[in-house]
Amino acid sequence: MPIRSLVKADLYKDSVALMRVAEALTALSGVRRATLLMGTQANKAILAEAAMLTPEAIAARPDDIMAVIDGANDAAVDAAVARMNELLSGNLAAERGAAAERAPRSLALGVARMKDANLAMISVPGAYAGAEALKALRLGLNVFLFSDNVPVEQEKAIKELAQRKGLIVMGPDCGTAILHGVPLGFANVVRRGAIGLIAASGTGLQEVMCQIDRRGEGVSHAIGAGGRDASEAIGGITLMQGLDLLAADAETRVIVLLSKPPAPAVAAALLDRAAAAGKPVVALFLGGDSAMVAGRKNILAVRTLEEAAERAVATLRRRATPSRMTRAPSLAGVKREQARLRADQRGLRGLYSGGTFCSEAQLIWRDLGLKTRSNVPFDKDLLLVEGQKGIEHAVVDFGSDEFTIGRPHPMIDMTMRVERLLKEARDPAVGVVVLDVVLGHGAHADPAGVLAPAIQKAKAEARAKRRYLSVVAFVCGTEQDPQRRSDQENKLRKAGALLASSSAAAAWAAAEIAGFGKNMAKR
Amino acid sequence: MRPLVAPSVSVLNLGIGDFAATARAGGARAIHLDWRPPAADGESAWALARLFGDDSDKDAVGSRIDRANREAMSRLLDAQPVLVDVARRASEVWPDLGRTILHAGPPIEWGRMCRPMRGAIIGAILYEGWAGTPKAAGKLATSGEIAFAPGHHRGAVGAMAGVVSPSMPLFVVRNAARGNIAYAPIADGGGRSLQFGVYETEVGDRLKLIQRFIGPGLKRALSTLEGGLPLKPIIAQALHMGDELHGRTTAATSLVFRAFTRPLLDAGLDRRTVVAILRHIQSTPGFFLNLAMAAAKAALDAAHGVADSSLVTAIARNGVETGIRVSGLGERWFTAPAEMPSGVIVPPYTAVDANPDLGDSAIVEAAGLGAFALGAGLGLVTAVGGTAEAALDLTRDLDSVTLARNPAFTLPALDFVGAPTGIDVRKVVDNGVRPAIVTAIAHRQAGLGQIGMGLARAPMACFVGAVAALARALGAAS
Repeated sequence: MPIRSLVKADLYKDSVALMRVAEALTALSGVRRATLLMGTQANKAILAEAAMLTPEAIAARPDDIMAVIDGANDAAVDAAVARMNELLSGNLAAERGAAAERAPRSLALGVARMKDANLAMISVPGAYAGAEALKALRLGLNVFLFSDNVPVEQEKAIKELAQRKGLIVMGPDCGTAILHGVPLGFANVVRRGAIGLIAASGTGLQEVMCQIDRRGEGVSHAIGAGGRDASEAIGGITLMQGLDLLAADAETRVIVLLSKPPAPAVAAALLDRAAAAGKPVVALFLGGDSAMVAGRKNILAVRTLEEAAERAVATLRRRATPSRMTRAPSLAGVKREQARLRADQRGLRGLYSGGTFCSEAQLIWRDLGLKTRSNVPFDKDLLLVEGQKGIEHAVVDFGSDEFTIGRPHPMIDMTMRVERLLKEARDPAVGVVVLDVVLGHGAHADPAGVLAPAIQKAKAEARAKRRYLSVVAFVCGTEQDPQRRSDQENKLRKAGALLASSSAAAAWAAAEIAGFGKNMAKR
Repeated sequence: MRPLVAPSVSVLNLGIGDFAATARAGGARAIHLDWRPPAADGESAWALARLFGDDSDKDAVGSRIDRANREAMSRLLDAQPVLVDVARRASEVWPDLGRTILHAGPPIEWGRMCRPMRGAIIGAILYEGWAGTPKAAGKLATSGEIAFAPGHHRGAVGAMAGVVSPSMPLFVVRNAARGNIAYAPIADGGGRSLQFGVYETEVGDRLKLIQRFIGPGLKRALSTLEGGLPLKPIIAQALHMGDELHGRTTAATSLVFRAFTRPLLDAGLDRRTVVAILRHIQSTPGFFLNLAMAAAKAALDAAHGVADSSLVTAIARNGVETGIRVSGLGERWFTAPAEMPSGVIVPPYTAVDANPDLGDSAIVEAAGLGAFALGAGLGLVTAVGGTAEAALDLTRDLDSVTLARNPAFTLPALDFVGAPTGIDVRKVVDNGVRPAIVTAIAHRQAGLGQIGMGLARAPMACFVGAVAALARALGAAS
């Protein structure tokens, strides 16, 4: 079992480019694990933790690539190294071609080249990202900060500076945004319209805008604030700026505010701001106490992402607001799925690439009286521990740090989820598995193409044990996305998955299939 | 928040390249930066970011630096270096010199010196008559009886080994704008000269000739010129005649030859002295380099000592280490191991024979000449193994680490744009562009002299160290 490490000197690549190479290498036969990281201190710590920090890697500088390949035999590792060199130099040549006019090296030089630049889009490693954001603000630029792992003191410092300067910092850890129809980060292609969104939740924002698009309306701006914005430390600076901005924006007629439950003081300030927006605000504090939101003028409290979209659209169209969406319309096929499960197959599993979906499913199932364990639980007692026995229900956020350090995000690389799906299929207590499929710029080019064969295989394994395995999937995306929603849904359907129309609908349908539907009325 | 409501989104993207394409697909204009980590770790990167100024925030630490730099730059650009005198001997300038030998670069003791520098010091000891043989001179140098100090510490700069001993005559260059003075020895010939570590008899003879005739003769000639010989106009003109003023000073040397001819005749010198001087200038194509260096030193010393300034006021190499000084950081040197120059090496020698980067001459780069004006010195390009386009590119590239373009020194091949001038340590680190230096290449053994011409880069660690010190000094370190 050879592990080989090498250093490619003075060849800086962004993490996504490196992950793509690692992914291509892992796909080669005989390669167990391939990691490509820039030689920063943080990355060395990651390698050290994995017992892969070799003397070569220790000597690497931040501009060097550290590559570690773990293969079944020397021949497999040799082949992987050859392929890696090919992929790295291929990219380099392409970059050279594109850089006929030399690309500026820094933000200051970028501003010198593009005098009217007004936004810095930053996705460099987190250790450096705060510094770049600070420089951007000093240069008078707004900031879209995709990077995560930015120290909270830096986040506070840059957001306070932005506030003083009348600029906005979206992020850190802001996955997506849309400004004037321009998609930033991992964005879906949605039509433009009159609904403005401000969110401290990446996939949640994606789901709400896709649901708005599906209902025939569009988005004026979608502003991300980053997952920590609503915390006491940050005080909701960006969320409040976003609210003000959408309140002042002529295009925006309805506002959607989306966040994890804010710190109490932040929540109060946010709601006061929302109430004063002069426009209807649909508010979702996912997992929060709805009483906090209820009863305020101008503010419509909702409980799921889909409901947020539904309410916003209805409000825009000045229709009577729909009855509260306590459950999805019963899906055709739910009954059939239910009939095929054995009586003892009542376990629910959610294998998510989107963190917000993972939270939402926990809440929906909690409302049904179910105890759901998770790697990111709302209640610490429900922390999911690997290898734990006797778990009733569980949801996993594969976008969480423990899965993404040194690996591509699950929206790009589905290996971990596929492995987990097959594992769950072997558990006789599991009845239903929920999968999300996120589309849009930056996501995998054909996620359903990867998941469909895995779904078939999982079902076949269950069948071999004389069981049925129900798989419920939903696609977060639009027809205009590069992957095209209907194409993706068809692939999943052909593989035997039951398709739900939203994240919430998927969670409900799964519960109903496993026989927990009757509890719904209790809510 | 006005910018966000602005009708167009113009993006600078750094990190994941695909995001620029996504934004463009949505109708934005986007430039993807060629970003690299500006520092070894996040803390240093944050400290550096805190040092950048903000036009709308006068109290920001970086804005203080920007103001200091404006002051330092006006002193640098307004300098008027004038050759006012030739001192008969260094010991007249500095009566306390004793048995001190000055050398190039940051401080270094005998035991760590490179061989060309040791060779030059042996030559200087023989020339001073402190020892009779090279062996005895070497022994004396080791004995501790001789003190060694950087020329920079006394306002003097010298090419290559930069050796100045008490009997050597010195050019005296005065900055008329502020009255400060810089010194440089008189070039003692071409490749086989003392400063390349050669100490054979001919070299000693030439040093004596300089001491007895050339120095005093030039002094007499200068005394006939009221106010001395202004160097700035000569430099400006030479830039239009193919010099970049470091590797090539042929045009400037010719202009000095012309400028001295009449004064030499007017000074009532004997014919033998006049002939010796003119022949020495004529046979030393790099004669002007020492004057360019003293001019640069006079201008940069004027810009040194402005509190909070991040301007580089000296780059100097002792053949082992390269050091820089920064205007707002006092007399401290920020050093790192000297790098190997790359360029054209004359057969039979090869790159393995080259000595690491050596000499105070990089002072001209700090003043916006040499590599920073390479776009003007296209005559030098083949000698350093490049193309005209690459030379212009280099000058454009170095523009990214400087604070201004010098309106007095313009570059014909770049449509008479001013030479990029005034290195900012912040910009060097942030852009990852190390200042380039045009340099002669010495053989690593003493006695073999110059073996080539090329380009070197100042080590990044010097600038990283200076940025860290600046951050500490201004309370911006995290």
